Amino acid sequence: MRVKIEVKNLSYYFGQERVIKDLSLRIPENVIFSVLGPARSGVTTLLRTLNRLSDLNPETRTEGEVLLDGEDVLAKDVNVTELRRRVGMVFDVPTPLPLSVYDNVAYGPRLRGTKGRKALADCVEGALRTAALWDDVKDRLNVPAMSLSGGQQQRLCIARVLAQGPEVILLDRPCSGLDPISTSKIEDSLIRLKESVTVVIAPHNVQQAGRISDRVAFMLMGRLIEEGETKKVFVSPEFRETSDYITGRFG
Amino acid sequence: MRKTSHAGEAVARVLIWAAAVFVMALLAFIITYLLVKGLPMIDWAFLTEIPRDMGREGGISSAIVGTLMITAIAVAIATPFGIGTAFYLSEYRKAGVATRLIRFCAESLAGIPSIVYGLFGFIFFVIYLNMGWSALSGGLTLAFMILPTIIRTSEEAIRAVPGIYRDVSFSLGATKWQTIYKAVLPSALPGIANGLILSVGRCIAETAAVIYTAGSVLRMPSSIFSPTRSMAVHFYILASERISMDNAYGTAALLIILIFIINVVANAIVNGLAKKGA
Repeated sequence: MRVKIEVKNLSYYFGQERVIKDLSLRIPENVIFSVLGPARSGVTTLLRTLNRLSDLNPETRTEGEVLLDGEDVLAKDVNVTELRRRVGMVFDVPTPLPLSVYDNVAYGPRLRGTKGRKALADCVEGALRTAALWDDVKDRLNVPAMSLSGGQQQRLCIARVLAQGPEVILLDRPCSGLDPISTSKIEDSLIRLKESVTVVIAPHNVQQAGRISDRVAFMLMGRLIEEGETKKVFVSPEFRETSDYITGRFG
Repeated sequence: MRKTSHAGEAVARVLIWAAAVFVMALLAFIITYLLVKGLPMIDWAFLTEIPRDMGREGGISSAIVGTLMITAIAVAIATPFGIGTAFYLSEYRKAGVATRLIRFCAESLAGIPSIVYGLFGFIFFVIYLNMGWSALSGGLTLAFMILPTIIRTSEEAIRAVPGIYRDVSFSLGATKWQTIYKAVLPSALPGIANGLILSVGRCIAETAAVIYTAGSVLRMPSSIFSPTRSMAVHFYILASERISMDNAYGTAALLIILIFIINVVANAIVNGLAKKGA
Protein backbone atom coordinates (compact mmCIF):
# COMPACT_ATOMS: atom_id res chain seq x y z
CA MET A 1 0.00 0.00 0.00
CA ARG A 2 1.17 3.46 -0.87
CA VAL A 3 2.07 5.68 2.09
CA LYS A 4 0.06 8.90 2.11
CA ILE A 5 1.43 10.49 5.26
CA GLU A 6 4.68 9.66 6.93
CA VAL A 7 5.46 11.17 10.31
CA LYS A 8 9.17 11.06 11.09
CA ASN A 9 10.52 11.68 14.58
CA LEU A 10 7.92 14.34 15.29
CA SER A 11 8.17 16.28 18.51
CA TYR A 12 5.79 19.06 19.41
CA TYR A 13 6.46 21.63 22.08
CA PHE A 14 3.86 23.77 23.75
CA GLY A 15 5.98 26.33 25.55
CA GLN A 16 8.29 24.21 27.65
CA GLU A 17 6.06 21.17 27.60
CA ARG A 18 6.72 18.43 25.04
CA VAL A 19 3.27 17.28 23.97
CA ILE A 20 4.38 14.83 21.27
CA LYS A 21 7.55 12.90 21.84
CA ASP A 22 9.63 11.62 18.94
CA LEU A 23 6.71 10.05 17.14
CA SER A 24 7.04 8.13 13.86
CA LEU A 25 4.08 6.77 11.95
CA ARG A 26 3.07 5.74 8.44
CA ILE A 27 -0.48 6.24 7.23
CA PRO A 28 -1.31 4.36 4.03
CA GLU A 29 -3.51 5.80 1.31
CA ASN A 30 -7.26 5.07 1.19
CA VAL A 31 -7.69 3.65 4.66
CA ILE A 32 -9.44 4.72 7.80
CA PHE A 33 -6.68 5.25 10.27
CA SER A 34 -7.67 5.63 13.93
CA VAL A 35 -5.49 7.33 16.50
CA LEU A 36 -6.53 6.23 19.97
CA GLY A 37 -5.47 7.62 23.28
CA PRO A 38 -6.84 8.97 26.55
CA ALA A 39 -7.22 12.70 27.15
CA ARG A 40 -3.97 14.68 27.02
CA SER A 41 -2.15 11.95 25.14
CA GLY A 42 -1.42 14.22 22.17
CA VAL A 43 -3.95 12.81 19.69
CA THR A 44 -5.60 16.13 18.88
CA THR A 45 -2.24 17.84 18.65
CA LEU A 46 -1.00 15.19 16.22
CA LEU A 47 -4.05 15.70 14.01
CA ARG A 48 -3.69 19.46 14.06
CA THR A 49 -0.03 19.20 13.16
CA LEU A 50 -0.84 17.23 9.99
CA ASN A 51 -2.42 20.30 8.38
CA ARG A 52 -0.51 22.88 10.40
CA LEU A 53 -3.54 24.17 12.30
CA SER A 54 -1.12 23.95 15.20
CA ASP A 55 0.58 27.02 13.70
CA LEU A 56 -2.26 29.16 15.02
CA ASN A 57 -0.72 29.07 18.46
CA PRO A 58 2.50 31.05 18.35
CA GLU A 59 3.97 29.51 21.49
CA THR A 60 4.50 26.15 19.84
CA ARG A 61 7.39 24.55 18.02
CA THR A 62 7.85 21.32 16.10
CA GLU A 63 10.81 19.07 15.36
CA GLY A 64 10.93 16.26 12.84
CA GLU A 65 9.05 15.85 9.59
CA VAL A 66 5.51 15.20 8.38
CA LEU A 67 5.68 13.97 4.79
CA LEU A 68 2.57 14.23 2.63
CA ASP A 69 3.26 12.32 -0.57
CA GLY A 70 6.93 12.61 0.35
CA GLU A 71 6.89 16.38 0.85
CA ASP A 72 7.57 17.88 4.27
CA VAL A 73 4.52 19.92 5.26
CA LEU A 74 6.34 21.41 8.25
CA ALA A 75 8.85 23.15 5.99
CA LYS A 76 8.78 26.94 6.19
CA ASP A 77 8.04 27.56 2.52
CA VAL A 78 4.98 25.29 2.35
CA ASN A 79 1.82 26.91 1.02
CA VAL A 80 -0.32 26.38 4.12
CA THR A 81 -3.53 27.38 2.36
CA GLU A 82 -3.06 24.69 -0.28
CA LEU A 83 -2.01 22.19 2.37
CA ARG A 84 -5.24 22.77 4.27
CA ARG A 85 -7.26 22.30 1.11
CA ARG A 86 -5.57 18.93 0.60
CA VAL A 87 -5.79 17.96 4.28
CA GLY A 88 -9.18 18.98 5.68
CA MET A 89 -10.29 18.95 9.29
CA VAL A 90 -13.54 18.14 11.10
CA PHE A 91 -13.68 19.21 14.74
CA ASP A 92 -15.01 17.52 17.85
CA VAL A 93 -18.08 19.73 18.05
CA PRO A 94 -20.17 20.63 15.01
CA THR A 95 -18.86 23.98 13.88
CA PRO A 96 -21.05 25.53 11.23
CA LEU A 97 -20.05 29.09 10.50
CA PRO A 98 -22.86 31.62 11.06
CA LEU A 99 -23.85 31.38 7.40
CA SER A 100 -26.46 29.49 5.41
CA VAL A 101 -26.12 25.77 4.68
CA TYR A 102 -25.08 26.56 1.13
CA ASP A 103 -22.57 29.25 2.07
CA ASN A 104 -20.95 26.95 4.61
CA VAL A 105 -20.25 24.29 2.00
CA ALA A 106 -19.25 26.88 -0.60
CA TYR A 107 -16.85 28.58 1.83
CA GLY A 108 -13.70 26.75 0.72
CA PRO A 109 -14.39 26.70 -3.03
CA ARG A 110 -15.17 30.43 -2.96
CA LEU A 111 -11.89 31.17 -1.22
CA ARG A 112 -10.12 29.45 -4.11
CA GLY A 113 -12.07 31.51 -6.61
CA THR A 114 -14.50 28.88 -7.87
CA LYS A 115 -16.69 31.11 -10.01
CA GLY A 116 -19.94 30.54 -11.80
CA ARG A 117 -23.19 29.64 -10.11
CA LYS A 118 -23.41 26.29 -11.84
CA ALA A 119 -19.90 25.11 -10.99
CA LEU A 120 -20.34 26.17 -7.37
CA ALA A 121 -23.81 24.65 -7.07
CA ASP A 122 -22.55 21.35 -8.51
CA CYS A 123 -19.65 21.33 -6.11
CA VAL A 124 -21.94 21.98 -3.13
CA GLU A 125 -24.45 19.36 -4.20
CA GLY A 126 -21.76 16.74 -4.76
CA ALA A 127 -20.23 17.36 -1.35
CA LEU A 128 -23.61 17.23 0.39
CA ARG A 129 -24.50 14.00 -1.39
CA THR A 130 -21.26 12.33 -0.41
CA ALA A 131 -21.79 13.41 3.18
CA ALA A 132 -25.31 11.91 3.02
CA LEU A 133 -26.91 15.23 3.84
CA TRP A 134 -28.34 16.23 0.47
CA ASP A 135 -31.76 14.69 0.99
CA ASP A 136 -32.08 16.39 4.37
CA VAL A 137 -31.26 19.89 3.19
CA LYS A 138 -31.88 20.12 -0.56
CA ASP A 139 -35.04 22.17 0.00
CA ARG A 140 -33.52 24.51 2.54
CA LEU A 141 -30.04 25.34 1.39
CA ASN A 142 -30.56 28.94 2.43
CA VAL A 143 -31.56 28.40 6.04
CA PRO A 144 -28.93 29.20 8.67
CA ALA A 145 -26.66 26.21 9.22
CA MET A 146 -27.18 26.59 12.97
CA SER A 147 -30.81 25.55 12.57
CA LEU A 148 -29.84 22.00 11.57
CA SER A 149 -29.68 19.23 14.18
CA GLY A 150 -26.33 18.36 15.74
CA GLY A 151 -25.84 15.31 13.56
CA GLN A 152 -26.78 17.22 10.43
CA GLN A 153 -24.40 20.02 11.40
CA GLN A 154 -21.54 17.58 11.74
CA ARG A 155 -22.32 16.03 8.33
CA LEU A 156 -22.43 19.57 6.99
CA CYS A 157 -18.92 20.08 8.35
CA ILE A 158 -17.80 16.93 6.54
CA ALA A 159 -19.45 18.17 3.34
CA ARG A 160 -17.70 21.49 3.78
CA VAL A 161 -14.35 19.73 3.86
CA LEU A 162 -15.32 17.49 0.91
CA ALA A 163 -16.23 20.51 -1.21
CA GLN A 164 -12.55 21.36 -1.27
CA GLY A 165 -11.63 18.10 -2.96
CA PRO A 166 -9.31 16.97 -0.16
CA GLU A 167 -6.87 14.05 -0.26
CA VAL A 168 -6.88 13.53 3.51
CA ILE A 169 -9.62 14.20 6.06
CA LEU A 170 -8.75 14.59 9.72
CA LEU A 171 -11.58 14.03 12.18
CA ASP A 172 -11.09 14.86 15.84
CA ARG A 173 -13.69 12.86 17.81
CA PRO A 174 -16.36 13.87 15.29
CA CYS A 175 -19.19 11.98 16.97
CA SER A 176 -18.59 12.95 20.57
CA GLY A 177 -21.87 14.81 21.06
CA LEU A 178 -24.02 12.79 18.68
CA ASP A 179 -26.70 10.17 19.07
CA PRO A 180 -26.12 6.59 17.80
CA ILE A 181 -28.10 7.09 14.59
CA SER A 182 -26.18 10.20 13.57
CA THR A 183 -22.98 8.44 14.55
CA SER A 184 -23.70 5.47 12.33
CA LYS A 185 -24.58 7.75 9.40
CA ILE A 186 -21.24 9.48 9.74
CA GLU A 187 -19.41 6.18 10.06
CA ASP A 188 -21.10 4.93 6.88
CA SER A 189 -20.02 8.07 5.06
CA LEU A 190 -16.44 7.61 6.20
CA ILE A 191 -16.35 4.01 5.01
CA ARG A 192 -17.56 5.14 1.58
CA LEU A 193 -15.12 8.03 1.58
CA LYS A 194 -11.99 6.01 2.03
CA GLU A 195 -12.23 4.90 -1.59
CA SER A 196 -11.24 8.39 -2.63
CA VAL A 197 -9.54 9.93 0.38
CA THR A 198 -7.43 8.94 3.35
CA VAL A 199 -9.29 9.25 6.64
CA VAL A 200 -7.42 9.94 9.87
CA ILE A 201 -9.76 9.88 12.84
CA ALA A 202 -9.52 10.25 16.57
CA PRO A 203 -12.52 8.05 17.42
CA HIS A 204 -14.65 9.01 20.38
CA ASN A 205 -14.34 5.51 21.80
CA VAL A 206 -12.57 2.23 21.27
CA GLN A 207 -15.67 0.57 19.80
CA GLN A 208 -15.82 3.13 17.03
CA ALA A 209 -12.20 2.45 16.15
CA GLY A 210 -13.01 -1.25 16.01
CA ARG A 211 -16.04 -0.71 13.79
CA ILE A 212 -14.58 1.45 11.09
CA SER A 213 -10.81 1.56 11.02
CA ASP A 214 -8.37 -0.47 8.97
CA ARG A 215 -5.44 0.45 11.13
CA VAL A 216 -5.13 1.90 14.61
CA ALA A 217 -2.39 3.68 16.47
CA PHE A 218 -2.38 3.98 20.24
CA MET A 219 -0.81 7.02 21.90
CA LEU A 220 -0.10 7.63 25.54
CA MET A 221 1.48 10.73 27.10
CA GLY A 222 2.63 11.98 23.72
CA ARG A 223 4.31 8.74 22.68
CA LEU A 224 3.23 6.19 20.12
CA ILE A 225 2.79 2.91 21.99
CA GLU A 226 1.88 0.75 19.03
CA GLU A 227 0.40 0.80 15.58
CA GLY A 228 -0.95 -1.88 13.28
CA GLU A 229 -3.94 -3.48 11.63
CA THR A 230 -7.05 -2.97 13.72
CA LYS A 231 -7.75 -6.67 14.11
CA LYS A 232 -4.22 -7.43 15.20
CA VAL A 233 -4.00 -4.59 17.69
CA PHE A 234 -7.40 -5.42 19.14
CA VAL A 235 -6.91 -9.18 19.38
CA SER A 236 -3.28 -9.42 20.36
CA PRO A 237 -1.80 -6.07 21.31
CA GLU A 238 1.92 -6.12 21.90
CA PHE A 239 1.91 -3.84 24.89
CA ARG A 240 0.17 -3.99 28.18
CA GLU A 241 -0.89 -0.31 28.03
CA THR A 242 -2.68 -0.94 24.75
CA SER A 243 -4.62 -3.91 26.00
CA ASP A 244 -5.52 -2.08 29.21
CA TYR A 245 -6.85 0.85 27.22
CA ILE A 246 -8.74 -1.25 24.70
CA THR A 247 -10.39 -3.34 27.38
CA GLY A 248 -11.38 -0.21 29.21
CA ARG A 249 -9.21 -0.52 32.25
CA PHE A 250 -8.25 3.14 31.98
CA GLY A 251 -8.84 6.08 29.70
CA MET B 1 -42.77 19.07 48.87
CA ARG B 2 -44.20 22.34 50.04
CA LYS B 3 -43.27 25.69 48.82
CA THR B 4 -41.39 27.60 51.46
CA SER B 5 -41.60 31.36 51.57
CA HIS B 6 -38.61 33.49 52.33
CA ALA B 7 -38.96 37.04 53.53
CA GLY B 8 -35.74 37.88 51.69
CA GLU B 9 -37.18 36.73 48.37
CA ALA B 10 -40.20 38.95 48.70
CA VAL B 11 -38.16 41.99 49.75
CA ALA B 12 -35.73 41.50 46.86
CA ARG B 13 -38.57 41.15 44.38
CA VAL B 14 -40.24 44.33 45.59
CA LEU B 15 -36.99 46.33 45.55
CA ILE B 16 -36.02 45.19 42.08
CA TRP B 17 -39.51 45.84 40.81
CA ALA B 18 -39.52 49.29 42.41
CA ALA B 19 -36.17 50.17 40.82
CA ALA B 20 -37.41 49.20 37.37
CA VAL B 21 -40.71 51.03 37.77
CA PHE B 22 -38.96 54.16 39.06
CA VAL B 23 -36.61 54.27 36.10
CA MET B 24 -39.38 53.66 33.59
CA ALA B 25 -41.63 56.24 35.19
CA LEU B 26 -38.85 58.82 35.13
CA LEU B 27 -38.12 58.17 31.47
CA ALA B 28 -41.79 58.18 30.58
CA PHE B 29 -42.24 61.48 32.43
CA ILE B 30 -39.36 63.21 30.64
CA ILE B 31 -40.39 61.98 27.24
CA THR B 32 -44.09 62.70 27.75
CA TYR B 33 -43.37 66.17 29.09
CA LEU B 34 -41.20 67.06 26.10
CA LEU B 35 -43.62 65.56 23.61
CA VAL B 36 -46.64 67.28 25.14
CA LYS B 37 -44.85 70.61 25.10
CA GLY B 38 -43.06 70.10 21.79
CA LEU B 39 -45.29 68.07 19.50
CA PRO B 40 -47.86 70.88 18.96
CA MET B 41 -45.04 72.99 17.55
CA ILE B 42 -44.09 70.44 14.94
CA ASP B 43 -45.81 70.78 11.61
CA TRP B 44 -44.72 70.75 7.99
CA ALA B 45 -43.53 74.35 8.11
CA PHE B 46 -41.46 73.67 11.24
CA LEU B 47 -39.66 70.88 9.39
CA THR B 48 -39.13 72.65 6.09
CA GLU B 49 -38.65 76.34 6.87
CA ILE B 50 -35.48 78.11 7.83
CA PRO B 51 -35.48 79.82 11.25
CA ARG B 52 -36.36 83.49 11.14
CA ASP B 53 -35.81 86.24 13.70
CA MET B 54 -33.14 84.25 15.64
CA GLY B 55 -35.46 81.25 15.79
CA ARG B 56 -38.51 82.97 17.19
CA GLU B 57 -40.29 82.37 13.92
CA GLY B 58 -40.02 79.84 11.13
CA GLY B 59 -38.87 76.26 11.31
CA ILE B 60 -35.62 74.48 11.96
CA SER B 61 -34.85 72.90 8.59
CA SER B 62 -31.28 74.24 8.48
CA ALA B 63 -30.58 72.80 11.94
CA ILE B 64 -31.93 69.40 10.88
CA VAL B 65 -29.70 69.39 7.81
CA GLY B 66 -26.74 70.61 9.87
CA THR B 67 -27.25 67.90 12.48
CA LEU B 68 -27.45 65.17 9.88
CA MET B 69 -24.37 66.48 8.06
CA ILE B 70 -22.23 66.67 11.18
CA THR B 71 -23.36 63.25 12.36
CA ALA B 72 -22.79 61.65 8.97
CA ILE B 73 -19.28 63.09 8.72
CA ALA B 74 -18.39 62.00 12.26
CA VAL B 75 -19.67 58.45 11.83
CA ALA B 76 -18.22 58.07 8.33
CA ILE B 77 -14.76 59.03 9.58
CA ALA B 78 -14.74 57.35 12.98
CA THR B 79 -16.19 54.01 11.83
CA PRO B 80 -13.32 52.73 9.66
CA PHE B 81 -10.67 53.90 12.14
CA GLY B 82 -12.56 52.58 15.13
CA ILE B 83 -13.31 49.16 13.66
CA GLY B 84 -9.79 48.93 12.22
CA THR B 85 -8.28 49.64 15.63
CA ALA B 86 -10.60 47.10 17.23
CA PHE B 87 -9.51 44.40 14.79
CA TYR B 88 -5.87 45.35 15.30
CA LEU B 89 -6.25 45.03 19.06
CA SER B 90 -8.14 41.75 19.00
CA GLU B 91 -6.83 39.89 15.96
CA TYR B 92 -3.45 41.22 14.87
CA ARG B 93 -1.75 42.04 18.09
CA LYS B 94 -0.90 39.76 20.98
CA ALA B 95 -1.86 41.20 24.34
CA GLY B 96 1.08 43.26 25.50
CA VAL B 97 2.38 46.75 26.14
CA ALA B 98 1.18 48.10 22.80
CA THR B 99 -2.40 46.89 23.17
CA ARG B 100 -2.56 48.14 26.73
CA LEU B 101 -1.25 51.51 25.63
CA ILE B 102 -3.81 51.82 22.83
CA ARG B 103 -6.61 50.73 25.12
CA PHE B 104 -5.46 53.18 27.79
CA CYS B 105 -5.46 55.99 25.25
CA ALA B 106 -8.92 55.05 24.01
CA GLU B 107 -10.28 54.91 27.54
CA SER B 108 -8.70 58.25 28.40
CA LEU B 109 -10.29 59.74 25.30
CA ALA B 110 -13.63 58.38 26.47
CA GLY B 111 -13.30 60.19 29.79
CA ILE B 112 -12.61 63.64 28.37
CA PRO B 113 -15.55 66.06 28.72
CA SER B 114 -17.04 66.95 25.38
CA ILE B 115 -16.36 70.66 25.84
CA VAL B 116 -12.64 69.86 25.84
CA TYR B 117 -13.11 68.18 22.47
CA GLY B 118 -14.87 71.34 21.39
CA LEU B 119 -11.92 73.46 22.46
CA PHE B 120 -9.47 71.11 20.76
CA GLY B 121 -11.53 71.12 17.57
CA PHE B 122 -11.74 74.89 17.68
CA ILE B 123 -7.97 75.30 18.03
CA PHE B 124 -6.94 72.51 15.68
CA PHE B 125 -9.55 72.32 12.90
CA VAL B 126 -11.16 75.75 12.98
CA ILE B 127 -8.05 77.85 13.50
CA TYR B 128 -4.87 75.85 12.87
CA LEU B 129 -6.14 73.93 9.82
CA ASN B 130 -8.12 76.99 8.81
CA MET B 131 -11.34 75.08 8.20
CA GLY B 132 -13.33 77.76 9.95
CA TRP B 133 -16.60 77.04 11.70
CA SER B 134 -18.01 74.35 9.46
CA ALA B 135 -19.93 71.10 9.39
CA LEU B 136 -16.59 69.46 8.54
CA SER B 137 -14.83 70.82 11.64
CA GLY B 138 -17.78 69.78 13.78
CA GLY B 139 -17.92 66.31 12.22
CA LEU B 140 -14.18 65.74 12.64
CA THR B 141 -14.33 66.82 16.27
CA LEU B 142 -17.24 64.49 16.97
CA ALA B 143 -15.37 61.70 15.17
CA PHE B 144 -12.63 62.00 17.81
CA MET B 145 -15.25 62.01 20.52
CA ILE B 146 -17.03 58.81 19.44
CA LEU B 147 -13.88 56.92 18.48
CA PRO B 148 -13.38 55.32 21.93
CA THR B 149 -16.99 54.10 22.02
CA ILE B 150 -16.67 52.51 18.61
CA ILE B 151 -13.31 50.92 19.44
CA ARG B 152 -14.51 49.46 22.70
CA THR B 153 -17.87 48.11 21.55
CA SER B 154 -16.34 46.72 18.35
CA GLU B 155 -13.51 45.05 20.23
CA GLU B 156 -15.95 43.45 22.64
CA ALA B 157 -18.08 42.22 19.75
CA ILE B 158 -15.04 40.77 17.97
CA ARG B 159 -13.79 39.06 21.12
CA ALA B 160 -17.20 37.51 21.65
CA VAL B 161 -16.92 35.65 18.33
CA PRO B 162 -16.19 32.01 19.24
CA GLY B 163 -12.55 31.10 18.57
CA ILE B 164 -13.63 27.95 16.78
CA TYR B 165 -14.90 30.03 13.83
CA ARG B 166 -11.34 31.15 13.24
CA ASP B 167 -10.02 27.58 13.47
CA VAL B 168 -12.68 26.40 11.03
CA SER B 169 -11.97 29.16 8.57
CA PHE B 170 -8.22 28.57 8.72
CA SER B 171 -8.76 24.82 8.42
CA LEU B 172 -10.61 25.46 5.16
CA GLY B 173 -7.56 27.22 3.84
CA ALA B 174 -8.56 30.82 4.43
CA THR B 175 -5.93 33.47 5.01
CA LYS B 176 -6.06 35.77 8.00
CA TRP B 177 -7.85 38.56 6.20
CA GLN B 178 -10.31 36.14 4.55
CA THR B 179 -11.02 34.69 7.99
CA ILE B 180 -11.67 38.11 9.49
CA TYR B 181 -13.76 39.29 6.58
CA LYS B 182 -15.82 36.16 5.97
CA ALA B 183 -16.06 34.40 9.35
CA VAL B 184 -15.40 36.91 12.16
CA LEU B 185 -16.89 40.14 10.84
CA PRO B 186 -20.36 38.73 10.04
CA SER B 187 -20.83 37.41 13.56
CA ALA B 188 -19.39 40.54 15.16
CA LEU B 189 -21.49 42.86 13.01
CA PRO B 190 -24.57 43.14 15.27
CA GLY B 191 -22.35 44.14 18.21
CA ILE B 192 -20.37 46.58 16.12
CA ALA B 193 -23.59 48.09 14.80
CA ASN B 194 -24.78 48.57 18.37
CA GLY B 195 -21.72 50.69 19.10
CA LEU B 196 -22.37 52.73 15.99
CA ILE B 197 -25.98 53.37 17.03
CA LEU B 198 -24.78 54.61 20.42
CA SER B 199 -22.31 56.88 18.66
CA VAL B 200 -24.93 58.31 16.32
CA GLY B 201 -27.07 59.13 19.32
CA ARG B 202 -24.21 60.92 21.02
CA CYS B 203 -23.42 62.92 17.88
CA ILE B 204 -27.01 64.06 17.45
CA ALA B 205 -27.30 65.07 21.07
CA GLU B 206 -23.94 66.82 21.39
CA THR B 207 -23.84 70.57 21.97
CA ALA B 208 -20.60 71.65 23.64
CA ALA B 209 -18.23 70.12 21.12
CA VAL B 210 -20.31 71.33 18.18
CA ILE B 211 -20.95 74.92 19.16
CA TYR B 212 -17.21 75.72 19.05
CA THR B 213 -16.48 73.89 15.84
CA ALA B 214 -19.52 74.01 13.58
CA GLY B 215 -20.68 77.40 14.77
CA SER B 216 -24.24 78.50 15.35
CA VAL B 217 -25.24 80.02 12.06
CA LEU B 218 -28.90 79.72 11.12
CA ARG B 219 -28.42 79.73 7.35
CA MET B 220 -28.96 76.53 5.39
CA PRO B 221 -25.49 74.98 4.95
CA SER B 222 -24.57 74.78 1.27
CA SER B 223 -21.69 72.33 1.68
CA ILE B 224 -19.66 70.59 4.38
CA PHE B 225 -17.49 73.71 4.50
CA SER B 226 -20.40 75.92 5.56
CA PRO B 227 -20.89 76.84 9.18
CA THR B 228 -24.08 75.44 10.61
CA ARG B 229 -26.07 74.96 13.77
CA SER B 230 -27.08 71.54 15.05
CA MET B 231 -30.51 70.89 16.56
CA ALA B 232 -29.06 70.43 20.03
CA VAL B 233 -27.20 73.74 19.79
CA HIS B 234 -30.33 75.43 18.42
CA PHE B 235 -32.32 74.12 21.36
CA TYR B 236 -29.64 75.27 23.79
CA ILE B 237 -29.52 78.78 22.39
CA LEU B 238 -33.29 79.13 22.14
CA ALA B 239 -33.73 78.04 25.73
CA SER B 240 -30.72 79.66 27.40
CA GLU B 241 -31.26 83.02 25.73
CA ARG B 242 -35.02 82.78 26.22
CA ILE B 243 -35.61 83.37 22.54
CA SER B 244 -38.53 80.99 22.18
CA MET B 245 -39.33 78.25 24.65
CA ASP B 246 -42.01 76.92 22.32
CA ASN B 247 -39.61 76.38 19.47
CA ALA B 248 -37.05 74.98 21.91
CA TYR B 249 -39.55 72.34 23.01
CA GLY B 250 -40.40 71.62 19.38
CA THR B 251 -36.74 71.08 18.61
CA ALA B 252 -36.27 68.86 21.65
CA ALA B 253 -39.28 66.74 20.71
CA LEU B 254 -38.00 66.35 17.18
CA LEU B 255 -34.56 65.40 18.54
CA ILE B 256 -36.13 62.62 20.59
CA ILE B 257 -38.22 61.41 17.66
CA LEU B 258 -35.14 61.41 15.42
CA ILE B 259 -33.11 59.35 17.88
CA PHE B 260 -36.06 57.00 18.33
CA ILE B 261 -36.38 56.49 14.57
CA ILE B 262 -32.64 55.88 14.19
CA ASN B 263 -32.74 53.29 16.97
CA VAL B 264 -35.71 51.46 15.47
CA VAL B 265 -34.25 51.43 11.96
CA ALA B 266 -30.79 50.42 13.16
CA ASN B 267 -32.20 47.65 15.32
CA ALA B 268 -34.16 46.32 12.37
CA ILE B 269 -30.97 46.29 10.30
CA VAL B 270 -28.99 44.61 13.07
CA ASN B 271 -31.65 41.96 13.57
CA GLY B 272 -31.69 41.36 9.84
CA LEU B 273 -27.92 40.91 9.87
CA ALA B 274 -28.04 38.58 12.85
CA LYS B 275 -30.81 36.47 11.36
CA LYS B 276 -28.88 35.77 8.18
CA GLY B 277 -26.39 33.69 10.12
CA ALA B 278 -27.84 32.27 13.28
